[in-house]
Amino acid sequence: MHPAPSIIVFTVLSGLGLGMVFWAGLGLGPDHGAARWWIAVLALGFAAGGGAASAGHLARPDRAWRAFSQWRSSWLSREACLMVAALGTFGMYAAGWTLGGVRFWPVGWIAAGLALATVYATAMIYAQLRTVPRWSLTPTPQTFLAFAGAGGLMGVEAASALGGADVSAGRVLLALALTAGVAVWWQTEAAGAGRRSTGSDIGTATGLGRLGRVRLFEPPHTGSNYLLDEMAYRVGRRRAYQLRLIGAVAGFLVPLALTLLAPLLGGWLMVPALVSHVAGVMALRWLFFAEAEHVQAFYYGMR
Amino acid sequence: MTTLPDRVERRMGLVIDLDICVGCHACAVSCKEWNTQGYGAPLSDQHPYGADPSGTWLNRIHSFEIEPEDAPAQIVHFPKSCLHCEDAPCVTVCPTGASYKRVEDGIVLVNEDHCMGCGLCAWACPYGARELDRAEGVMKKCTLCVDRIYNDNIPEEDRLPACVRSCPAGARHFGDLSDPGSAVSDMVRARGGMDLMAEQGTKPVNKYLPPRIRDRHATAPQTVQLARLAEPEATGFLGWLDRALERLG
Repeated sequence: MHPAPSIIVFTVLSGLGLGMVFWAGLGLGPDHGAARWWIAVLALGFAAGGGAASAGHLARPDRAWRAFSQWRSSWLSREACLMVAALGTFGMYAAGWTLGGVRFWPVGWIAAGLALATVYATAMIYAQLRTVPRWSLTPTPQTFLAFAGAGGLMGVEAASALGGADVSAGRVLLALALTAGVAVWWQTEAAGAGRRSTGSDIGTATGLGRLGRVRLFEPPHTGSNYLLDEMAYRVGRRRAYQLRLIGAVAGFLVPLALTLLAPLLGGWLMVPALVSHVAGVMALRWLFFAEAEHVQAFYYGMR
Repeated sequence: MTTLPDRVERRMGLVIDLDICVGCHACAVSCKEWNTQGYGAPLSDQHPYGADPSGTWLNRIHSFEIEPEDAPAQIVHFPKSCLHCEDAPCVTVCPTGASYKRVEDGIVLVNEDHCMGCGLCAWACPYGARELDRAEGVMKKCTLCVDRIYNDNIPEEDRLPACVRSCPAGARHFGDLSDPGSAVSDMVRARGGMDLMAEQGTKPVNKYLPPRIRDRHATAPQTVQLARLAEPEATGFLGWLDRALERLG
């Protein structure tokens, strides 16, 4: 599938921001000082910025408001509605927290629940597609939720450090380790989830498979088209190994090392740890799209 | 709402005979011609005379080769357009309400005034039947020529989808597949009309009639054996000996 930069930025940044909303809503972060401001502003900024980036994928962004209407059937619509609800609720909670120094606990819990639901809905946009086994046969929702949780926790700790508050390294280490485990789980399932893993092949696609071996003799057009650009994307696959290495090192090993050093050298190390983690997750998210195979490519002779 | 209707009154669709299609692309051309000027935005082309031309088409003709175990290979021309599925995954994923399936005839359509061009419906379709128009920024797909089939302003014989009307070989048929007495339903029964990628669970309305099994005559060309062709032809005494030995069996 075509790895559109707008969608990669959207899923990574909104996941990070909503993860921060989740943890701050549950009560993480100090109750006084500048750290509260950093947490609230960064959480809302990442989530809203990520949400806005998704509009970059639309051919007609002026009609994006219509995406709030079909929540009964469409995961994309649910995601849009939940995002607004989560950020609205968190905005109220953050106002009381930053301006008044009071946490309205029920509001915080509702914001945390909505943030979780939003990340789940984002993942389901992809996980619902039977046409892309690499997304639908793998633990995609679990992966998106784990990444949002770990990134959000690192975001809260980095924002706390920026605000001069103490950093709790232990839970970040735990979250990174758990998320690395979920990432390996996803990767293990994805390794066997090619285009043919739901039983489709060029024979079932054409219905001609029972007559003999089928191959494409002549494609319908000599140039490229929307279908090939969008759903038969193959550019850069040969760099998959290097990108996965970046994902492992920048996304997990470097943040783990920096988080271990933070209690010794200073909480500010959580900031480069977060930057490194986000860069690593971006590399993995690029591969999430670029390596996914669509069954439609059978009609173009791809196996 | 982009939920699918519980039931449709009719299931209008196409039956495509793969035994007859000659791969002339006339249906694709007449589809482009009709649909660039009727329903919705024109079907745009990008760099049509440049080095890398591309464009929006609602119907495309692939050609496949079947290689049976024990018979010569066979070419099958394969027109592909929207199958107007009963369980159309493209409809339910639509976030704006632009995609819908009509109750009265089961046709899957896009309201181009509501489409925001996110492309998710094209991702959900297993068949590659939806193409985003790169000039208009909205999703285009086969409409089964809704602006022809009910059009009282054109002669009755033209009230067919443009692809069916233009096919010079009679490989394409249009009708109500929910009516067991319709001509298209008869064809599907008689010829074993099949669903494409049934395992995707989309329940396509359009059916494809598989190519008939070809007669196999004893004199028909068999799979060519190159080794035999490479044997030298013997002449003279050796040739006589060769033929004599052949006669012994």
